[in-house]
Amino acid sequence: MNVNATIIGQLITFWILIWFVMKYVWGPITSMMEARAKRIADGLAAGERGKHELELASKRGTQVLHEAKQKASEILAQAEKRAGEIVEDGKASGNVERERQLSLAKAEIEQEVHRAKEGLRQQVADLAVAGAEKILRREIDAKAHAELLASIQSEL
Amino acid sequence: MSEAHSAMVPSDNPVMYIQHHLANWKVGEGFWTWHLDTILFGALTALALMIVGRMVAKNLSADAPTGLQSFLELIVEFVDTQVKESFHGHSPLIAPLALTIFMWVFLMNAMDLLPVDLLAFIGNLAGVELHAKMVPTTDLNTTFAMAISVFVLIVYFSIKAKGVLGFGKEFLYLPFGKYLMPVNVVMKLVEELAKPVSLGMRLFGNMYAGELIFLLIALLPFWVQPLLSAPWAIFHILIITLQAFIFMILTIVYLSLAHEEH
Repeated sequence: MNVNATIIGQLITFWILIWFVMKYVWGPITSMMEARAKRIADGLAAGERGKHELELASKRGTQVLHEAKQKASEILAQAEKRAGEIVEDGKASGNVERERQLSLAKAEIEQEVHRAKEGLRQQVADLAVAGAEKILRREIDAKAHAELLASIQSEL
Repeated sequence: MSEAHSAMVPSDNPVMYIQHHLANWKVGEGFWTWHLDTILFGALTALALMIVGRMVAKNLSADAPTGLQSFLELIVEFVDTQVKESFHGHSPLIAPLALTIFMWVFLMNAMDLLPVDLLAFIGNLAGVELHAKMVPTTDLNTTFAMAISVFVLIVYFSIKAKGVLGFGKEFLYLPFGKYLMPVNVVMKLVEELAKPVSLGMRLFGNMYAGELIFLLIALLPFWVQPLLSAPWAIFHILIITLQAFIFMILTIVYLSLAHEEH
């Protein structure tokens, strides 16, 4: 009941226990708990950041999509325009070519006609000369009557 | 707390029965008397705490805490909160000190829940008449060892925070100013000395009384004992925890008072 030397023993036990708890129990546990609290806080912050980034990214995504759509429709319009132009061009150049071919053909035809006329005229002249020869039964001096013959030829 | 198995039947000589159960296992004479039971059970509970604490602290896992680790974390968190609320300085000693006090006092108090006659029974089996107490906190030596440690820390923190002169000034000038210096010194001395005395006596008194009631219950006929000892034991769980908590909180409060200016 009374206080005696036992108090010395209890003091020693108490201080050893305090030292032990301080060094080997409290320290590790609190530092682990602090580290865990920090990790959790970091994780939450990272999650928040990730959420924010996702929001930004989706915003950017819709923007890009919008731009792409706009561009696509622009390209489409341009392509249509170009196609129209090409068609117009084709039509125009086709017309020109046709005109060209047409005129070429006409010229050729005219030439042919002219040549045929020349041939015919030559033949008719020859025939006329032959006819005249026959009629006259005599040789016509080609040199003396060349002027006459030429006038007949041109009249035909 | 159950029936007495000692050689002596309790009801034959109640006074002697109680005297035997309140006597320590002694060695030595005068001041150099050692209460072997107090030292043994104090050391055993301390050792149990160290082993369990070290075991948990060595296998700490932040992600998958075991049951024991969660339990210890709970206590650490609780003590840490109490310290942070009351103590505004920074000291690496206070929180571990508070934790040590809480756990050690709790464990020593909890020895009270073991049957009062257990040691005598074991002694009988071994053929020795053993007069020993299992609860170290029913010994003034244990409670005052802690109270005096706290008192030393109070003085240390006071001097550390205010300097020797500041601490001395508090003694001379407070609470009534410099014209009542002698009164101040007496008042302050009483105030400071009351702290360790009340700390030590409160814990001792509560645990001693609790033990005594278990002994009184053990004197009753065996068929009444469970009716009384069971409720008392259950109620005692509260007292055990409460006394450990009070000792811890008062330690924190006293030390934070020592740390602050008046």
